[in-house]
Formats: sequence, C-alpha cells, structure tokens
Amino acid sequence: MSAGTGKTAMNVLEKGGRAASRRTEKLFEWTCACATWFGLGVLVILLLGILWQGATWLTWSFLTSYDSRHPTQAGVLAGLWGSFWLVSVAALVAVPVGLGAAVYLEEYGKKGWLRTLIEINLSNLAGVPSIVYGILGMAVFVKMFGIFQNHPKVLEIWLPFTTLEIPLPFGRTVLSGALTLALLILPIVIVASREALRAVPSSIRHASYAVGATHWQTIRHQVLPAATPGIFTGIILAVSRAVGETAPLLMVGAAVFVAATPGGIAAPADVLRHPAGLLEAPFDPFTALPIQIFNWVSRPEPEYRHVAAAAILVLLAVLQVFNIAASVIRSRMRKRARW
Amino acid sequence: MDTKPSSSATDDPMRLTRRFSLAQAREHAIRLCLLGCALASVLTTIGIIYVLVTETLIAIPPNTAFFQQISPLEFFTGTQWTPQFEERHFGILPLVTGTFLVAGIAALIGLPIGLAGSIYLSEYASPRTRDIVKPILEILAGIPTVVYGYCALVFVTPYVLRPIFHGLFGFDVKVFNAASAGIVVAIMIIPIVTSLSEDALRSVPQALREAAYALGSTKFHVSAKVVVPAALSGILASFLLAISRAVGETMAVAIAAGQTPALTLNPFRSVETMTAYIVNVSFGDKPHGSLDFKALFAVAMTLFVITLAMNILSHLVMRRFREVYQ
Repeated sequence: MSAGTGKTAMNVLEKGGRAASRRTEKLFEWTCACATWFGLGVLVILLLGILWQGATWLTWSFLTSYDSRHPTQAGVLAGLWGSFWLVSVAALVAVPVGLGAAVYLEEYGKKGWLRTLIEINLSNLAGVPSIVYGILGMAVFVKMFGIFQNHPKVLEIWLPFTTLEIPLPFGRTVLSGALTLALLILPIVIVASREALRAVPSSIRHASYAVGATHWQTIRHQVLPAATPGIFTGIILAVSRAVGETAPLLMVGAAVFVAATPGGIAAPADVLRHPAGLLEAPFDPFTALPIQIFNWVSRPEPEYRHVAAAAILVLLAVLQVFNIAASVIRSRMRKRARW
Repeated sequence: MDTKPSSSATDDPMRLTRRFSLAQAREHAIRLCLLGCALASVLTTIGIIYVLVTETLIAIPPNTAFFQQISPLEFFTGTQWTPQFEERHFGILPLVTGTFLVAGIAALIGLPIGLAGSIYLSEYASPRTRDIVKPILEILAGIPTVVYGYCALVFVTPYVLRPIFHGLFGFDVKVFNAASAGIVVAIMIIPIVTSLSEDALRSVPQALREAAYALGSTKFHVSAKVVVPAALSGILASFLLAISRAVGETMAVAIAAGQTPALTLNPFRSVETMTAYIVNVSFGDKPHGSLDFKALFAVAMTLFVITLAMNILSHLVMRRFREVYQ
C-alpha cells in the first residue's frame, strides 16, 4: 500500500523502521496466505495418503463381498446397502417435515413468541453433538422408553402379497437408525429450505395474489417451484452429512459384522425377484459404510488398515458424487434465475 | 400477506359463504399441518432433554436415576473413572480433562490458522482466489469424522508425532494419544473458524478501513488494528462455536485418543473423552438399567450442558456484534 508514503505522521519514521514495517507487512500477508492454503495442503496430503494405503485394495470384489475375518476377502457390500437404506429412509422422513417447517416459518409464521421459540431451538439443535442424537435415538426408537421392555410386540400388517411385521420397540433396525439420522439432518434441511424460500422475490407472491390465488395456492404453484433448485441443494448437503455420520449409528446399535443386506436385496435386480424385500428392509439389522470403516480401523491386524483405506475411498467417492450434483444444480440455478 | 378472498357479492350469497368457509378450512388445515412440521424440531429438543433428565436427575418410579445412586458431588469432583472395575468410581474429571485436552490442542492449532485464513480471504485475496479456496474448505468440512480418525491413527502419530517428539525430543508417544486427535480435530474446525470469521470481517463497514488508510495506515495496520478489533465479537463467536464442535466431536477422538480415562495433561498419553466413553459403552453390551449404562446418560448430560452453554454464549456474543453494525 502506498498510503504510508504521504507527508504525514509516517514521515517521522526512520528509514530502518520503515523497512522493518515493510517486512512486517510482507510477513503478515504471507502468514495469512499460508494459513489459507494450509487446508488445501492437508486435503491433498490426506487424499494421497489414503490412496497410497488403499488404492490397490479397491477392487470389484471389494465392492461386491461381505465383511470377512480374512482381510483380503473383506468387502463393503453390506455397508453400501445399509447406508443406502438408512439415508433413503432418513431423507423420506426429514425432507417433507423439514420443508413443511421451512414453509411455515417463511410464509406463515408471524413474528411472535412461537416463531422465536422455534428459531432459537433450531440454532441450538444445530450445535448439539451428533452423539446426543444417538442417545435420543437409542431411548426413543430402539427401546421406546422401555415400554415394551418385558413383552416385545410384533405389529402385523396384512398386505395383499405379504405380511409386514413391525417389531415394537423398533430395536436395532434400519428404521431406528434412519429415524435418528432424520432428526439429525432436520435442522439442516430446514435452514437450507428457508434460505431457498427467502430468495424467491415477493413480487412473485404479490402477482399470484393479484390474480386471486389463495395463500396455499401461491406457495404450491409459485413459491415452491421457484425455490426447488435451492431446496434440492440443501437436501443433497443434508444427505451427504447423513452418509458420513457414524457416532449416532453406533449408539442405535449398528451391527459391526453383518453378512446380509437389508431386505435381502444385494443388487437392484433382486427387487424384481423378491419385491417384498423393499418392505422388509427397514426392519432388518444393518451396518453402514462409516461403521465398517470404524470397525476395520479398530482391528489390531495391520492389513485391516488397508481395507479401511479402501472403504474410505468408496465413501469419499460417494460424497463427491453428492457434492458435484449439488454444485451442478447450483450453477444451473444461477443461469436460470429469471429475476 | 393478504390472503382473504375478496368478499364482493355475486348472485347467490349463501353459496358464496359456504365455498368461502370450505376454502378457508383447507387453508387452515394446511397451516396447522405445516405448524406441526415446525414443531417437530421443538419436539426433538424436548425429547433429548426428557431422556437425559429422566435417566440422570428424576426417574419415573420403578427406575432410579443416576444421581439418586451416585452423589453429584462424587460425580463432579471425583478423580477416578472406573465404572467397569470391581471397585467402582464415578468421577467425571478424567473424562472432562481428556475432552478439554483434545479440544485445547485443537483450539491452539486450529483457531490461529482459521483466523489468519479468514483475514487473508477477507482483506487480501482476490475474488478468484476466494472462489478457489471456499469450495476446498467446504470439502474439508464435509469429510466424515471417521476418516479424520483414521488419518490421526495411521498418518499423524507414526509419521508426524513419532519422528518429531520421540525422535528429536525423546517423549514417549503412545499409539493412541491426545495430540494426534487434537491435530485432526484442529483440521476439522479450521473451515468453521475461517468461514464464520470471514463473515464477521467482511461485515465491518468499508468506511472504517478507508478512514484508517486516510490516516496513513498500511494494509497490515488496517487489518490487524482496525478490522480485526472491530470484528472481535464475531470472531470470538466463531471461536466458541468451533471449540464447542471440538468438545462434541466423537469419532476422530474415539479412534485416535484411546480408551484410558486418565487425569493427565500429557498430550502423548492415551486419554478418554466424554464422547469416546459414550461410544465405547454403547459398543459393548451393557444391560439397560445397570449403573454403568446410566453413567452414559450422566456423561451425555454433562456434554450436552457444556456444548449448549458454549453455543448460547456464542449466539449472545454474535448478537452484540450485529447490534453494533446494523
């Protein structure tokens, strides 16, 4: 900056002092720049390290086999399908509820104690450690407050082609894990959807009212379609958060060693052979990709480190797909914006 | 918003009233439904508090709460945590020091780096640099914590800590140690500090910077002596939020810091944090209702209260900051 060279108080500085201050200038800027690029450096080193440990272990059979007591035969099939079911069911629950909450807060809620309460609550929930959600999930979904402690029940629902058996309490099933994850990502979905709704200009709403639409018609046909890309981005981010969550799933009793997939579906084609599996899956025990990683990292045998690294590569690849999807939607949204 | 359908009369006033009320009922039902969704998040909080309180403070009669069996005084001042031994001690201090040892190491490394990064992004970096750095930070923030735990155990301890602190200084660096966990937690909180502090720095009015330049300040003086002090409460809020995240961090710590509840400040020893204890207990098959199992809820309650207090403090500080400049 040339500001220091003016005929002002800076003139009293001696030459040496000015050189020193220039050195401080450069040093400060360099320090800050290094701190900024530190993140990139760490990211590159970590990725290279994980690749070095796991790349050769990442084979097709690794993706298509169950866990094993022999490191060379262990695979992530159960974890992949477990994660798929957990995240799908969690999104199925969290997205409608979160979207509804966002619409209420942005479009209906008048400023008042109720809205303030909900807002304070949301900002606090975002800071609750994920393991506390795990404890909630364990008490509410897995054990149901111990109501059925001594006489577990099975709720039978008769369907034309199968009987759906819902255990009460839910126990250590996909459903318990998914509902816990749903509670965890609910605040994220709400916050992201609110931002998307807020970005819709009020002139659109006013135009809709002007042609006689009711409040709900305006939201349903104008505001929600306009906010869809933003909402989608938020949902993808929430889902990618759910994919990597480990601690709450351990709390709700994710099994470490599972040699089956939920509902017996180990490939998309299995759905045709055994369609009832789709309904049975939420009530099966489960494992998940990050749980498998945790398990392998904790094993004493050094070979499992490589297995864990390979599983981490799979997990990071899945997350990267979500990230790319989110950024594609975001850039499309920028181009398409009409206002 | 003005939602009432206009009441301009048509030929059949009776019919109009009826249609009017039907439409209104529908609108009302939808509104209630949406309110229910909004209250689901409140219900989550109530659920968390209910579970923690009934297990630790006031139990529903047939059960007994943790603090009805163990005195709070022993719990909060005891220096031994040995729920699984014959001679049981429930003193949470080793877990608390373990937690704050890891969080402290993380803060010592992560906060300065995060702050320096935010100063660079807000005061020095070109918009192009910012467009490159921000997505990288997002990726770092999105990496699952179990991956960081793996890195601490497999890379940080053998390739960073051992050569430096064992090779050069002769410390005894254990396989599981607080330092490696602290280092990876630092990497996790850097994106939080950088992005929140950058928001605070950028919302300092441009007029303050220009006034400082007009008085002959250099860029360093403007950044360090005008902008940072002006944004101080925003920066503090980001620090508090980051530390609370470090305290509540689970998987990285459970993998890398070990499972030995030890009252120590030695970063190269194995320690157990509150979160790691919760994970380790739930991993084993402790019978529901036993005292060790209830200890889990007492630890979780302590953790919840600590992080909640830090988050609330952070929001209060942040609000003060907003009031100054808006």
